[in-house]
Amino acid sequence: MKEKLVLVGNGMAGVRTIEELLKIAPDMYDITVFGAEPYGNYNRILLSPLLAGEKSIDDIMLNTIDWYEENNIKLHEGKIVVDIDRKGRKVIADDGTEESYDRLLLATGSNPFIIPVPGHNLPGVIGFRDIKDVETMLDTAKSRKHAVVIGGGLLGLEAANGLKIQGMDVTVVHLTDTLMERQMDEVSGRMLQQSLEQKGLQFLMATQTEAILGDERVKAVRFKSGLEIAADIVVMAAGIRPNIELAKKIGLHCERGIVVNDTMQTFDPKIYSVGECVQHRGETYGLVAPLFEQGKVCANHLAKYGIGRYEGSVTSTKLKVTGIDLFSAGDFTGDDTTEDLVVKDVARGVYKKVVLKDNKIHGAVMYGDTVDGAWYFQLLRDGTDVSDFRDSLMFGQAHLGDSGHGGQNAASAMNDDMEICGCNGICKGDVVKAITSKGLFTLEEVRSHTKASASCGSCTGLVEQILASTVGDYSDTPKKKAMCGCTDYTHDEVRETIARNELTSIPAVRDFLEWRTPDGCASCRPALNFYVLAAWPREAKDDPQSRFINERVHANIQKDGTYSVVPRMWGGVTTPNELRAIADAAEKFDAKMVKVTGGQRIDLFGIKKEDLPEIWGDLNRAGMVSGHAYGKSLRTVKTCVGEEWCRFGTQDSTGLGIKIEEMTWGSQTPHKFKIAVSGCPRNCAEATIKDFGVVCVDSGYELHVGGNGGIHVKATDLLARVKTEEEAMEYCGAFMQIYREEAHYLERTAPWIERVGLTYVKEKVVEDEVGRKVLYQRFQESQEVFRFDPWAREAEGQETRKAYIPIKKVG
Amino acid sequence: MSNWIEIGAVEDIPQLGSRVVETVKGDIAVFRAADDHVFALRDKCPHKAGPLSQGIVHGHTVTCPLHNWKIDLASGEAQSPDEGCTSKYEAKVEAGVVYLAL
Repeated sequence: MKEKLVLVGNGMAGVRTIEELLKIAPDMYDITVFGAEPYGNYNRILLSPLLAGEKSIDDIMLNTIDWYEENNIKLHEGKIVVDIDRKGRKVIADDGTEESYDRLLLATGSNPFIIPVPGHNLPGVIGFRDIKDVETMLDTAKSRKHAVVIGGGLLGLEAANGLKIQGMDVTVVHLTDTLMERQMDEVSGRMLQQSLEQKGLQFLMATQTEAILGDERVKAVRFKSGLEIAADIVVMAAGIRPNIELAKKIGLHCERGIVVNDTMQTFDPKIYSVGECVQHRGETYGLVAPLFEQGKVCANHLAKYGIGRYEGSVTSTKLKVTGIDLFSAGDFTGDDTTEDLVVKDVARGVYKKVVLKDNKIHGAVMYGDTVDGAWYFQLLRDGTDVSDFRDSLMFGQAHLGDSGHGGQNAASAMNDDMEICGCNGICKGDVVKAITSKGLFTLEEVRSHTKASASCGSCTGLVEQILASTVGDYSDTPKKKAMCGCTDYTHDEVRETIARNELTSIPAVRDFLEWRTPDGCASCRPALNFYVLAAWPREAKDDPQSRFINERVHANIQKDGTYSVVPRMWGGVTTPNELRAIADAAEKFDAKMVKVTGGQRIDLFGIKKEDLPEIWGDLNRAGMVSGHAYGKSLRTVKTCVGEEWCRFGTQDSTGLGIKIEEMTWGSQTPHKFKIAVSGCPRNCAEATIKDFGVVCVDSGYELHVGGNGGIHVKATDLLARVKTEEEAMEYCGAFMQIYREEAHYLERTAPWIERVGLTYVKEKVVEDEVGRKVLYQRFQESQEVFRFDPWAREAEGQETRKAYIPIKKVG
Repeated sequence: MSNWIEIGAVEDIPQLGSRVVETVKGDIAVFRAADDHVFALRDKCPHKAGPLSQGIVHGHTVTCPLHNWKIDLASGEAQSPDEGCTSKYEAKVEAGVVYLAL
């Protein structure tokens, strides 16, 4: 006999919990659902577009009645649960229906707060909470003219906007003099009010309602000031209250909400609760993301896995009120202990304020241009010290001109057929359609369904804006980010565990940290392989099957399945002999294209996999080795000609570049690593957009780090000035080593330095001389293991060659 | 459909890896999972024809090297939310030798 699970409350949080449960334990329970409304589960945050006439009821359905049938869930729609017999474990509905349970899930949500002024129970006074409220508003708008919305928060403004679109004259009444004062400060609130006034909404600010007047139905509203205005409908949008009546009645401990623990259990362990009705560690939540997080944990516990814990959520809100972008997070009001950074450009309709405390972001509010909201939120959540880039903080993460989305930073200004994601060719309309038709709520869901922002990520801000405007609210919660779906541990936790416990193989890590999947996945395996090798270069053994194909076959896979081959040219210097050998190889192996790379080498395209060992053998015989153009490792050291030839050159930049390349080649790093050496500040080798760049000056060498010429163009920061080549090389090795030991897999130096702070890197590499030497020594030691030519190794043995050829040819 | 063709020793396919069988109708990828189950799929991802044989194998799934679609080795179906399917071939191992039904 299966156990019985009963859900009271057929809304988003409760049904999401059931969905999560079905995913991990589809056959564990007989499930029964009670819903007070006569529908399946619908997307409550799309009530605004429903009111505005942009969507139909069908559009906003998340789970239709068929879904319940398909999953063998018994649905009692339109039945209100009036009592629960906890001793007899029975749920009792208003029509007398009874269902017994082994475990019970309460997801009763919240109720609109109806201000108890005289006349509040007249017909025509409603909340804005369910489909029925919307239907009442639509009916009223057909025949009547005057609407009053009490409450200038998000919900009230959405209701006002919808009623206006339906042709009514709308007055919004607000108690304080700032709209949405929980999400906005005074300046942004005023900007919002002005643009809404331009749309034709009227406002009565700092106004308190005294009474609602009328006999059979509402006719007017009177305020404390004595003013009276006509009203055919009054929408109360003065906040919501957790719906805890039922829970209280049956004696569950409630404060503001139903009190639950970290596994979402109430004081009766057989009774769980999720959603807006819940109070967890003193907090109640009304945004989608935390509620879904709760659902996931609750499902995990119901499935008797017992590993999930809900530890609360930090929320940010990116809201869209009627065509206006706004974002807020944290405490954006500030006090004596905080500092404000403000950008205000009224003509462009842009306002941004970031509140700092102890050089960390404490809160932020943005209006008009919210593309950097996600970035500020991440800095807030991670507690990042921003002093190293405080001077450019207000200009956002991307002020140097990112590639890939045509400089767009306001999704609302884009047409449906405009491209959002340049990597995957996804247009705005595709994203909107996927969100509405598939019921997506989170960035991860949009990524996996549409691929938008799933490749290079530069359009993440735009995708988040579209999500916010389409779904209605958008929030992001997890406090710590797990490495991948196979584990709950973060990159840092995994790295630390590997180092501390001498874990030298991927299976050892997975066993030790109780990975959920037997083999890991395509995301964590390459990371773990790198981490064990980086921590234990001599002890750990490389696992080729856990490497991306390029590193497995030491060449770059192309879209047609052929490969490209790049031999190393030390410091970008070559010889007639090498060029001759490359030309011969290109002809012999029928290279489809021969191209000069950005890193001063030559790339041969269209090489067949089975020819790879052969071409490597030929290139080896001419004295060349792998260029590692395919690896998470040192790529190139780009140089200019320097003092040997150039009339401006101050040092031997080419010579130093070659020495550095000879020291660092073959090294394995979290992501690709590029170096350049320029002979003078004219910087012809573009050293200031490399991971490590040397700019020679008359008195020595400037060492720069953390540059990037890719998606987010980023110039380097100066690490140090040194006098000799030996010092330059020591700093280079030490910097590469700390990056290798501490960055997350697939994290370039630029985002890594942003995360840990340039100050930290300077402390370790510049100020701590002994520490630097130790890092440099560890770098040299691991290079003894990794500094070899994989081409030569693979080309030599007949056994290793096997991997490159078909196992059999048939026909 | 009992046209079994001998392909080679199972040992010649790395665990969590793949080898290719070249045929006149195109390549077939033969996979070996960690549990030594052997599977055969047409070596083309349903998305943009990426060579699945070059992907990372985990469980009974392969991740395509081009755009990270996950393909079920037993059925050839793309994992949700992606949609698509690549043809599968019957494969078996007997006495350490891999056979394909073509």
